[in-house]
Amino acid sequence: MIPLTHYLVLGAILFAISTVGIFLNRKNVVILLMSIELLLLAVNLNFVAFSHYLQDTAGQVFVFFILTVAAAEAAIGLAILIVLFRNRHSINVEDLDILKG
Amino acid sequence: MNFTGLAFYFFASVLVFAAAMVVSIRNPVKSALFLVLAFFSAACVWITLEAEFLAIVLVLVYVGAVMVLFLFVIMMLDVNLERLREGFGEYLPMGGLIAVLMVLEIAIVLNSGGFGEEQFPRPQGHLGSYSNTRELGLLIYTFYVYPFELAAVILLVAIVAAISLTLRKRPGTKYQKPAEQVTVKKSDRLRIVKMPAEPQEKQE
Repeated sequence: MIPLTHYLVLGAILFAISTVGIFLNRKNVVILLMSIELLLLAVNLNFVAFSHYLQDTAGQVFVFFILTVAAAEAAIGLAILIVLFRNRHSINVEDLDILKG
Repeated sequence: MNFTGLAFYFFASVLVFAAAMVVSIRNPVKSALFLVLAFFSAACVWITLEAEFLAIVLVLVYVGAVMVLFLFVIMMLDVNLERLREGFGEYLPMGGLIAVLMVLEIAIVLNSGGFGEEQFPRPQGHLGSYSNTRELGLLIYTFYVYPFELAAVILLVAIVAAISLTLRKRPGTKYQKPAEQVTVKKSDRLRIVKMPAEPQEKQE
């Protein structure tokens, strides 16, 4: 049988890959959003694994709420992206310097 | 190793491969398609953990709705890929180092003995009559009903925010104003003119 650690290590590998994705594609906002979705998926995997091994359904309820919030986040993020493209004709992060931070 | 074990390692390797392709491939459309594959494999992994309802929700909501939204947006935007790829490998050594260190640290913590098979033995599978959906529904609609309502409000806020962000009024476009249409009175539109009756000439 598969021990709990294998699921947790799988979650950790996914989390690390998405972090590298944020490092690599730091100019493309679409890929950044996709990496964030992957990060949330990795966290959800941990929740589901612990929920199964502890025989506690509360973990799955939490995943349900994370999925809701992630869907809302994706919708608003893409809406902001469209407004950004309409105003600046680019989704390059380097062009987003109007705040002069 | 039994069938479940083999299935888990197969799904896990597909998941890791798809995730690696998502962050490294050149074309954003292909990247989105690999993200679909990643979500699908994750749903399969969740089924090996007996979280059937969440696995179906992941496929329906993520593959069916969120990823289609992503694909729509990617195909609508006409982006210059060459400029976006500038400096792609610039942070690869640093990012890769941090990622490897992160996985190593978590693996060390997990193998230190606190999460072994003695502390967390794999539970017996449920009977065929067990319904994961029913179990979740019983929890959500009783104990977690207040967070559930809050989640609904969050989705409503997301709808309103997304629409109000992307709505725009172009100059020169003709709109109806229903508010003004329904408040209009008879006196605004209709004018009755009093005038003396004119005698009509008799037809011969």
